[in-house]
Amino acid sequence: MRSSVFLAISVGTVAVLFGLVRLFGNDYYFFAGYTVLQFIVLGTAWNILGGYCGYVNFGTAAFFALGAYTSVFFHKTFQLPIPVLLVIAAAVSGLVGLGTGYLTLRLRGAFFAIATLALAVVLQTMVVNWNYVGGSRGAYMIRPNDIDILGVQLGYIEYLFLLMALLAAGAVTAARAIERSKLGYGFATIRDDELAAEASGVPTLKLKLIATTLSGALMGMAGAPFPYYIGYLEPASAFGLPYAVNSIAMPMIGGTTSWVGPLVGAILLGTLQQVATVTISSAVNLLLVGVLLVAFVIIAPNGIVGLVQPLLRRMGTKWPRPSSKSKASANASADSSRSTEST
Amino acid sequence: MYVSADLLINALAAGLLLGGFYAAVTVGVSISFGILDIVNIAHPGFIILGSYIAYIVNTHFGLDPILVGILVLPAFYALGAVIYQVYYVSFEKRGQEALRGLAFFFGILFITEVMLILVFGVDYRYVNAFYVDTSLNLGFIQLPMRMVVPCLVSLLMLILLQIFLTHTFLGRAIMAVAQDQLALQLMAANPVKIKRIAFALSIATCAIAGACLIVIQPVEPSIGREYIGRVFAICVLGGLGSLPGTLIGAMLLGIVESLTATFYGPSWAPAVGFGLLLLTLAVRPAGLLGR
Repeated sequence: MRSSVFLAISVGTVAVLFGLVRLFGNDYYFFAGYTVLQFIVLGTAWNILGGYCGYVNFGTAAFFALGAYTSVFFHKTFQLPIPVLLVIAAAVSGLVGLGTGYLTLRLRGAFFAIATLALAVVLQTMVVNWNYVGGSRGAYMIRPNDIDILGVQLGYIEYLFLLMALLAAGAVTAARAIERSKLGYGFATIRDDELAAEASGVPTLKLKLIATTLSGALMGMAGAPFPYYIGYLEPASAFGLPYAVNSIAMPMIGGTTSWVGPLVGAILLGTLQQVATVTISSAVNLLLVGVLLVAFVIIAPNGIVGLVQPLLRRMGTKWPRPSSKSKASANASADSSRSTEST
Repeated sequence: MYVSADLLINALAAGLLLGGFYAAVTVGVSISFGILDIVNIAHPGFIILGSYIAYIVNTHFGLDPILVGILVLPAFYALGAVIYQVYYVSFEKRGQEALRGLAFFFGILFITEVMLILVFGVDYRYVNAFYVDTSLNLGFIQLPMRMVVPCLVSLLMLILLQIFLTHTFLGRAIMAVAQDQLALQLMAANPVKIKRIAFALSIATCAIAGACLIVIQPVEPSIGREYIGRVFAICVLGGLGSLPGTLIGAMLLGIVESLTATFYGPSWAPAVGFGLLLLTLAVRPAGLLGR
């Protein structure tokens, strides 16, 4: 399936979803759905570097918060609309990703992971000490109640939901396109054996930098509308560990090798967390994520996709297909012909 | 800016004491990350766990926190052995330590933190000991005993570990694993067993480091995160796998942090360690005493 067709289908899904929630749901579903969609973007972004290239980024919260604070800064200074803020946030986070990658990706993989952990704390300290964007007190973001888009009156949360849904559709399409492109194959060689890839002429550093930049930019975009969503942004929540853990846990639980994994993981885990937060408590839901993450990396290293794929394949064999017997006989004949050749 | 000599010298002294304590926090990572190449980012989580155990025993039985740290050493050693076994079977054996191994430790860190929050809440906890509120006066230099005691305990632990690693058979075997695992196998030694012992030892240091931490400052579950940057900064700065390097790196970071806190305000202090880490990685990734 071509990417443009896939994008059209994703946008169609978004439209249907939006219509359904608007018809049957209330505002709560938009609030909860926004969080899940945000995690689809974050998980997909993380997976571009983590799943495709095999480099762990613990600094999702840093890139996310960078996007959010870019929004706060430009909102305060120029009163720009959110779509423009999205682009600026992408540029800022992408650049920071590029910089971090450039400093550490030439070294062993573990150093990059540690540096991203460090990045979150450095940025948080800077934001805490930067009064213009609220410092440690936090910043209030007063959002309008409604917004007019092409003459249609939308509630602001509906607008944010729609934006995030489109962003999610875009992110998943991009991830899928990357996976099937030359870029994606390059990424896969880095993941499987970087030394061999380098030796075969794959420009590994360049590819890794592309992945870091893309991944960072997407995370920044996911963060840009966040101040409008939450209404009050403070450093501890924007840089919270839950973002880092979730964006790692979702692809790991879903499966890291394809775009399906983060999507499945984010939808399942995101929804589960929304339910758990409402019914149990937010601390318990975080514990749940941690335990699931550890359990999955130990027991099911290829995630849900890895668990389901063999089942699908087994179901597939029920349909008329070239049977294994004929394949075996074909092999045998090939072997015999080879042996006759050799004799 | 006018800097008074008194203030500067006091800040330096405090930095040295802090550095001594940082050495204790880092020495475990020096062993696990520096020597064994296991990126144990959950290390600070175990340190906080050690702090809370010291806190519980101290408030209920009035035992000295450092003594508690020493008493629970075997338990932490056992915990470390179990974690290494899981890590080995699930990741190292399958060659998946890079991605999933890291995620595993990250998950462990997160679980410890959330568990502690669920049990104890986010209140700051502290301990009582006879030396906590006293201080040593040397002319115009003031040395609070709550810094001096942890520093001395840390230095003692570091020296013992260094002697263990360089002068005992087992210690040398651990260093050998770091150098050439295959050669070790050819000598009919089991690298997995040696690594398990070394990793368990690295987690055991958390018991004492945690006890020192709660003597120095009140502890709440999420402060472990601040230490991730510090320990890896020190580890990388000093040179991976070198205990003397760890001590030098720790002292440096302690002094820089103390000076920053004194002259620019404590809110900047957490960024120092990470800034130093990023700088070291960019300029000299092998560290000061790197192999």
